[in-house]
Amino acid sequence: MWMWVVHRTTGVAIFFFLVVHVLDTALVRVSPEAYNDVIGTYKTPIYGIVEAGLVAAIALHAFNGIRIILVDTWPWALKHQRALVWVVWGLFALLMIGFLPRHLSHVFGGA
Amino acid sequence: MSTADATTPVVEPLRPIRSGRSRNHAEQWSWLFMRGSGVLLLVLIFTHLFINLFSGDGVNQIDFAFVAGKWASPVWKIWDFVMLVLAMIHGGNGMRLLINDYARETWMRKTLKTLLTACVATIVVLGSLVIFTFDPCPLDASGDLLPGVPTFCEDVR
Repeated sequence: MWMWVVHRTTGVAIFFFLVVHVLDTALVRVSPEAYNDVIGTYKTPIYGIVEAGLVAAIALHAFNGIRIILVDTWPWALKHQRALVWVVWGLFALLMIGFLPRHLSHVFGGA
Repeated sequence: MSTADATTPVVEPLRPIRSGRSRNHAEQWSWLFMRGSGVLLLVLIFTHLFINLFSGDGVNQIDFAFVAGKWASPVWKIWDFVMLVLAMIHGGNGMRLLINDYARETWMRKTLKTLLTACVATIVVLGSLVIFTFDPCPLDASGDLLPGVPTFCEDVR
């Protein structure tokens, strides 16, 4: 039940980000400076945290999507679907543990 | 029979008003597409994020020259194009399902779906044009390279 809510909310968030992301990338057809100005704001601490949230949303949506496919097609997975929810959160935690220190040091430390 | 007719309300079967559920197996294709494109998008987007946001200097490396460097290779152009199209259809179809679930009035569903279709079409067309008409070495009115272009533009000139 909760994963259903998570899947929908992360999906909507990713959709709206994607629309904005195509629009900001379209600035490469305006001029290098226009693009660099807007991308420059993505390197600020506030957007750095937004990006971390975006990666979190994508990871959760992706791993839970795989769980949905498995539960739909594999009787064993259907039987153990509650355990697979914890696998989703476990993989998500691992990915964030790998991503966050590096990303946040890029954003805050200029490393 | 006649007594039952008098007391039992006639229950008409609901017409399939939502999303053409009975039309040409449309929802079956939608179901299959979400799963197929979902798996592909996992690979495409995780690679995209790894290269752009994790390796090298992460988000700090992204600028016009970085994009120009990537799009110098047709592999990344095709990669980004496939990612764009699949993600917008996957996301657009997901939004359609949410509209079906949450917009109660027919006019509201129609309005939102029209807006959604226009939005998805605009983003796919705009994004495709940007990828395939990209100029890595744009010039100003007097024929000089604009500031911010990659260093290889100097060599090409």
